[in-house]
Amino acid sequence: MSAPRKPSGFGALANPTRFMALSAKILPWLWGIASLLIGVGLLWAWNAPEDYQQGITVRIMYVHVPSAWMAMFIYMVLAVSALGVLIWRHPLADVSIRAAVPLGAAFTLICLITGSLWGRPMWGTWWVWDARLTSVFVLFLMYLGIFALQRAMDDPVKAARPAAILVLVGVINIPIIRFSVDWWNTLHQPASVIRFDGPTIHPTMLWPLLICGIGFTVLFFAMHMLGMRNIVRRRRVEGLRRAGTRDATAKPMRVIVEEGGTS
Amino acid sequence: MSHMTFVLLSYGITILILGGLVAWLWLDASATRADLARLETQGVKRRSEVS
Amino acid sequence: MIALIIRDVRLGIRSGGSGLIGVLFFLSVVAVTPFAIGPDLNLLAQIGPAILWIGALLASLLGLDRLFQIDLEDGSLDVLVLARHDQPLALTVFSKCVAHWLITGLPLVIAAPLFGILLNMPLEATAATTATLLMGTPAITFIGAMGASVTATLPRGGLLVSVIVLPFVIPVLIFGVQAALGATLAGVPFMQPFLFLCATTLFFCVLGPLSAGYALRQLEG
Repeated sequence: MSAPRKPSGFGALANPTRFMALSAKILPWLWGIASLLIGVGLLWAWNAPEDYQQGITVRIMYVHVPSAWMAMFIYMVLAVSALGVLIWRHPLADVSIRAAVPLGAAFTLICLITGSLWGRPMWGTWWVWDARLTSVFVLFLMYLGIFALQRAMDDPVKAARPAAILVLVGVINIPIIRFSVDWWNTLHQPASVIRFDGPTIHPTMLWPLLICGIGFTVLFFAMHMLGMRNIVRRRRVEGLRRAGTRDATAKPMRVIVEEGGTS
Repeated sequence: MSHMTFVLLSYGITILILGGLVAWLWLDASATRADLARLETQGVKRRSEVS
Repeated sequence: MIALIIRDVRLGIRSGGSGLIGVLFFLSVVAVTPFAIGPDLNLLAQIGPAILWIGALLASLLGLDRLFQIDLEDGSLDVLVLARHDQPLALTVFSKCVAHWLITGLPLVIAAPLFGILLNMPLEATAATTATLLMGTPAITFIGAMGASVTATLPRGGLLVSVIVLPFVIPVLIFGVQAALGATLAGVPFMQPFLFLCATTLFFCVLGPLSAGYALRQLEG
């Protein structure tokens, strides 16, 4: 009989203990890389050329656009995690959703606020209900809704599947956000980076923008990983508390410290 | 408000929110680690460590 | 399928109040508006379609948790889920949505023209708003089924359902009001947003029951 094959990829992380061990090693590197990239990116952004029309206000782009990218990217992470909950039954998929939702909401909020601060001097208004802004606002509401749904149920295992379904139904919003500036007449400008014909931004502005974008992404991975570690630890604590109320001489209870591990 | 004010406000709020997130995560991490350590010293063991 | 619709409508009428409470809530929103905005009749006529839509939307959202509640309480939801090998769960949910709309949505549509008078709306505006509500309120029910199904086990899921479903009904509201305004204002089209509204309803009438059926299946563990 051959030895069982070691799982690879996400399967390797299915065991929470192995996840904790791996993430403990990777996390410091992620923090370091994120700090480096964001530091370099923002410094470069600060010294990038001023826009000939917008002047210095264009510097807001270097925080607004990466946070918008993150708002949508994090939702796709949620969607993949939701598939992990429903189809692959990955034990940590639900933890991934729980950890990512506050981060997604935060980046969306940053996007909305910096966008508003950019719009006031440029468009003359703090807010306008055009297709792009409305759909990003709807994304923010969706993050809050998923957050509320997960917290409403006491048992995290039971809450996992409804939350995953809600995430997947909301995925429809992401292409709407992406293409809203193409499909509708919006005050928000059309796409200038991820386009079929290539970016329309000058390289001296494009490079700091990309560096900030990658930096934000690495920062998200670091925060996401730390958030997941916190949730795993908290579930262990709760499991141990439940087990610890028994008499010390009694046989050890079947403690479910990894939620979803014994279904 | 000058344009520079808007730019500084944007960067400031971004750093505030991201910094707040990181701070909350780190505080939560030390809290959960402390809880686990406390339960450890009380002698409560995980099933995989017993026997 | 028809049998399920008839049964649900009978149950809804007998358990009483669902449709009437919705209309009363609708009336409250419409009645409160002139106090908040002032009695300027022209202004009321201008924002009339929007007020009618907001009232109908909120009344629909608040009625959503009743969609599965009765069946969940007496256990027939389990029977319906178990019967999914005879009739696909999506069809079952679809039937329940139709019945739910007949009890809660249709009264709102019927009440809308009457409330339009309270807001001093011209005839074309009232007619257009009623038409958009007729095509739009089913969309709220269908996508509301998704929200109701993921919160079905929660004891007080009512407000949570509204919060969850709200992001999805925003396009319904946008198109509905746009179409209603298009009937009165010159130079603004009516057909375009109206067709978008119908498209949204059709899209939700598939997405809602499918996702709700899937969610209900997960409830049995």
